[in-house]
Amino acid sequence: MDQFLQHVVNALILGGTYALLGIGLTLIFGIMRVVNFTHGELYAFGAYMMYMLVMVLGLNFFVSLGLAIVLGILLGAAIQFILLRKLRDADIDTTMLVMIGAWITLQNTEQLIWSGVAKSIDNPFPDSPLVIGAVSASWTRIFVLIVALALIAGSYALINRTKLGKAMRATFQDRETAALMGVNINAIHMATFALGSGLAAAAGALLGPVFVVYPTMGDLASLKAFAIVILGGLGNIAGATIGGFILAFMEELGAGYISSGYRDAMGFLLIIVILLFKPTGLFARKERIG
Amino acid sequence: MWLKDFYVLHVLITTGIFIIAAMSLNLLLGYTGQLSLGHVAFFGIGAYVSSLVSLGFEINVAGIPIGITPKPVWFAMLWAVVVAGLFGWIIGRISFKVRGAYFVIVTVSFAEVVRLVALNWVELTQGPMALNNIPHLQLGDPATGWVVSFLRKPQSYYLMLVFAIVTYIVIARLVDSRAGRAMIALRENEPLATSVGIDVTRYLVLATAVSAGIAGAAGALYAHYIRIVDPDVFLFIYTVTMVIMVITGGKGTLAGPIVGGALFGLFPEVLRSMSVQPEVQWIVYGILMILVVYFLPEGIVPAVSRWWRSYFASSPPDIGVAAPAGEGMETRRGRS
Repeated sequence: MDQFLQHVVNALILGGTYALLGIGLTLIFGIMRVVNFTHGELYAFGAYMMYMLVMVLGLNFFVSLGLAIVLGILLGAAIQFILLRKLRDADIDTTMLVMIGAWITLQNTEQLIWSGVAKSIDNPFPDSPLVIGAVSASWTRIFVLIVALALIAGSYALINRTKLGKAMRATFQDRETAALMGVNINAIHMATFALGSGLAAAAGALLGPVFVVYPTMGDLASLKAFAIVILGGLGNIAGATIGGFILAFMEELGAGYISSGYRDAMGFLLIIVILLFKPTGLFARKERIG
Repeated sequence: MWLKDFYVLHVLITTGIFIIAAMSLNLLLGYTGQLSLGHVAFFGIGAYVSSLVSLGFEINVAGIPIGITPKPVWFAMLWAVVVAGLFGWIIGRISFKVRGAYFVIVTVSFAEVVRLVALNWVELTQGPMALNNIPHLQLGDPATGWVVSFLRKPQSYYLMLVFAIVTYIVIARLVDSRAGRAMIALRENEPLATSVGIDVTRYLVLATAVSAGIAGAAGALYAHYIRIVDPDVFLFIYTVTMVIMVITGGKGTLAGPIVGGALFGLFPEVLRSMSVQPEVQWIVYGILMILVVYFLPEGIVPAVSRWWRSYFASSPPDIGVAAPAGEGMETRRGRS
C-alpha cells in the first residue's frame, strides 16, 4: 500500500509536465492543423537552456527557468516565422514533412553543440526529501508540480479569459469565418505556436534538473505528447491535461508492477488500445480529423 | 574492375538494401498517400525473424518451453516476409479506422515498442548483446556438390540486385493492377473513390501488408549480409533516411526511390570522404528535406521528366501528344 501511494505521488508530479507537453501540442494541432514533430526538440531546448544558464553562466535557478521559457517561446516563434508562415494553406502532409526535417536539424544541432554526453543541472533545493508518513518526494519534484500546475492554470486563463484566447478559439472552430470577423490569422498562428513551444520548453526546463539532459531526450517527449494528445482527442485541451496525468499513472504503475524496461512503451500501448476502441480519443465531442 | 573493390561493393550493397526498403515505403507513401513513420520496424522485424529462424532459439513462455532448431536461410527469409507482412496487416487494421496523422503516430509508436521489445526480451533477442554469427544464404545441396554461397561480397551484390529487380517488378505490377488503380484513386480523391465502390480500408490494409513484407525481406537480406543484428536496426533515423529517399526522388513514381536512394546512399560516403561529422550529415539531411518539400514538392523524377517532356515537346509543333500528359500532371499538382 505504501509503495502504491509512492507511485501515485510520483505519477502526479510527472503528470504535470506531461500535461504541459500535451496542451502545447494539442493547441498547435487544433488551431494550426500542424502535426508538430519539433515539439520534443523544444522540450530538449528548454532543458539545454536551463543547463546553459544555470551551469555555464551561473545564473539564479528561478531566473533561469523564466529565461528558458522565454527563449523557448522565441525559438517557437522563429520556427513559425521561417518554416510555417508560408505553408498556412498547405496540406497536413506537407507541413508534417517540413516539421520532420526541422526536428532532425534541431536535434543534431543540439548534439553538435553540446555533444551526446548527458548533462546534469544543480538545483537550489535541500537534498533531504519531504517525508509524509511512508511517502517521500524531493523538493525539486514538488517545485516542478507547483510550477506545472500554475502554467496549466495560466494557459486555461489565457485561452478562456483573454481577447487573444477568444480569437484563438474562434480560429479553432472556423478559420475562414474568424478571418472574416477581423481576426488576424497570421498573428493567431504565431501566438499559438509560440505558446505551445513555450509550454514544451517549460516542461523541459522543469524536468531537466530532475533527470539529465541529452540530445535525444526530445524523441520520447514528442512521442509521449502524441500519445497524450490522441488519448485526449486531437485539439482538446482539457483532454490533453487529463491525458497527461493518465499516461503518467500508467507509466509509473507499469514500471512499478510490470517491468521497468517497458516503462516508455506504455504510451504506445495506450495509443494502440485507444485507436482500437475509441479512435476519437476519450474526451472527444466530435470528430476532429478529416 | 570496380566490382573488385570491396569497400565500393559494400556501399553499393547496403545502399541497394535501403533502396529496396525505400521502394516498399513508396508503395504506401507514394501510391496511397499514407506516411509510415515507423517503417524501420518492419525492416527490423524481418532482420530479427530471419536471424532467429536460421539460428534457432529456445524460450520459456509462462513455463512452457518454445523453441525451434536452426532452419535453412532461404526458409528463414520467407518467414521474415510473412511475419513482417502480418504485422503490417495488423497495423493497417488498427490505424486505418482513422487515417492521416493517426497512421503516422501509430507507426512511430509501433517502431518504438518493437525496439523496446528487442532491447528488453533478452532471452529471445539477446538484447543489446546482439544476435551474432548469423548464417549467410546458401542455395543448393552440399550432397550433390552444387552449392551457391552468398558469403562473399560479389555474390551478395548480385543477390541484392536480384531482390531489387524482383521488388521493382512486384511493385510495378501491383501499381498497374486493379488494386493499384484503386490506391491511386484513393490518394487523389477519397470520397469520389468511395462513391464508385472502392473499399478504401481494404486496399490501404493490403498496401500496408505488402509494403511491410517487402521491408521485411530487405531486413532479412541485411541480416544475412551483415551477419549481426542488434536493437539499433530500429533506430528512427533509418526511417527518416527512407522517407527522405522517397520524397527527394519523387513519391508515387517507380524510379523515384531508386534515384533518391542512390543519391542518399552514396551522399554520406562523399561527406565522409570530406571528413564531415555525422551530426552535420544529419543536419544537411534535415535541411535538404525542408528544401525539397518547399521547392521540389514532387521530387526529382517528376521534375526531370516534366522538363524532358517540355524540352522535346517545344521543338515539334504537334501538341496533340504532349497535351494530355501535361494535363494529367496539372491535376495532380493542383491537389497538392
